[in-house]
Amino acid sequence: MKSESVVQLRGLVKRYGPKTAVDGLDLCVRTGAVTAVLGPNGAGKTTTIEICEGYRRPDAGTVRVLGLDPVADAAELRPRIGVMLQSGGVYSGARADEMLRHMAKLHAHPLDVDTLIERLGLGSCGRTSYRRLSGGQQQRLALAMAVVGRPELVFLDEPTAGLDPQARRSTWELVRELRTDGVSVVLTTHFMDEAEELADDVAVIDAGKVIAQGSPETLCRGGAENTLRFTGLPGLDVGSLLKALPDGSAAAEILPGTYRITGDVGPELLATVTSWCAQHGVMPSGISVERHTLEDVFLELTGKELRA
Amino acid sequence: MSAGTYTPRPGAAPLGRMIAAQTSLETRMLLRNGEQLLLTVIIPTLLLVLFSAVDIVDTGAGESVDFLAPGILALAVMSTAFTGQAIATGFERRYGVLKRLAASPLPRWALMTSKTLAVLVTEVLQVALLTVIAFALGWSPQGNPLAVLLLLVLGTAAFSGLGLLMAGTLKAEATLAAANLVFLLLLVGGGVIVPLDKFPDAVQSVLGLLPIAALSDGLRDVLQHGAAMPWGDLGILAVWAVLGLGAAARFFRWE
Repeated sequence: MKSESVVQLRGLVKRYGPKTAVDGLDLCVRTGAVTAVLGPNGAGKTTTIEICEGYRRPDAGTVRVLGLDPVADAAELRPRIGVMLQSGGVYSGARADEMLRHMAKLHAHPLDVDTLIERLGLGSCGRTSYRRLSGGQQQRLALAMAVVGRPELVFLDEPTAGLDPQARRSTWELVRELRTDGVSVVLTTHFMDEAEELADDVAVIDAGKVIAQGSPETLCRGGAENTLRFTGLPGLDVGSLLKALPDGSAAAEILPGTYRITGDVGPELLATVTSWCAQHGVMPSGISVERHTLEDVFLELTGKELRA
Repeated sequence: MSAGTYTPRPGAAPLGRMIAAQTSLETRMLLRNGEQLLLTVIIPTLLLVLFSAVDIVDTGAGESVDFLAPGILALAVMSTAFTGQAIATGFERRYGVLKRLAASPLPRWALMTSKTLAVLVTEVLQVALLTVIAFALGWSPQGNPLAVLLLLVLGTAAFSGLGLLMAGTLKAEATLAAANLVFLLLLVGGGVIVPLDKFPDAVQSVLGLLPIAALSDGLRDVLQHGAAMPWGDLGILAVWAVLGLGAAARFFRWE
């Protein structure tokens, strides 16, 4: 039977000298999901991922990856995970296809290298050695190396840092294909849109702790209130409208004929508003919904901007 | 790609296949690097040809190639096992290659085994090339081939340990500078092309304990003078090998 979580971290602590990089972090990563570890630079994202990959031992707390201890059970774990480091990892004199073919040879049932090269647009690298590849090509090669062994779980440390928008989209597409095929993905990012677009779960990390976790929708709903505006006739019975809305909502006519509703703005609330309008013979126009983004949530939780 | 392409099917390749693949890659990286070839092939070849043809250094009685060839073989071992390996490994560590491979199915000991095999393959090519050139220059070696092999293997172990110790503890740039400097100093002061007896007695006895001096002196005892087993030199190399490999195993940092 498949376990429900691929990564379980409890009370994780990692110090580097006087600096505490990870400070009592708890995290549970669901099997088969894309989980984004989101946070500003220096929040402890890479340290957390590298503890999962077996590169460092935590000073306190427990780590289980695929049910294994990443350090003690390294030999058993390594063939089952794919790793994309934040940078480097390739011989400076090696060609992209050469390095990828080599990684494939270290696995029992690797992906077809030629197909993967084509899929990630690495064919244009030709006979160029790694050190002369563009940053984007180097990133895509590192991604290919992480997936070529057909792992159950991949760790991608800032997979789209430094990529142009097109290459970013293509990387996102690959991550979605991995999930479709049943691969669990953990990625770190400091891009909000990446987490929103890609992740089933988001763990927001700040100062070495997970300060919020959930689906992007849940996080956005649970944090700041969302807003619905519409325009209709002036002087509508706001009290009657409010009665129709779920508890915790607020409604006001902020300008003559312009109404603002705040609260748990979702499809149900929108349907309630339009049917109330229908009952009262009002044609609402200019309906707009402002949903809060992860950016707002992060700001609210930490009091600081994600990207300085 | 069609659906199901990435469906997990994890597993490590058989150990033998991993080591073969890693050895092949390491060897190609060594042979492809221009600076490495300069150290491992061009400099030893030039020194052999130049000093055999021109009497710059007084190499004592007999054909100068008979004195030079063993020294140049020792230099070839040092250039690959120590200098080349230290610089290459130092930069692999710096650029995260060792770190990335540490997360692959390849065990760390298998990576080190592959590095050693790549060094040995390179040395076989060096020895073949230098031997052909030395014969063309009129070399007439003597002695027990087994003793030569033993010296080359122990020399490789000693230099590998020191090279890996340097690569695994210093910054890549420091390794680059230090490895080249050591190469140059040992080339001059290690009995490679300049006989040790050109130095003052006190200096000689210290220089004689260097791994390069033990290797070139041992090879010369066998190949030039037909000695059976140069136990003294083999002993010195064995001590260096134990110290170097032991310290490398203890202090090597992968990141």
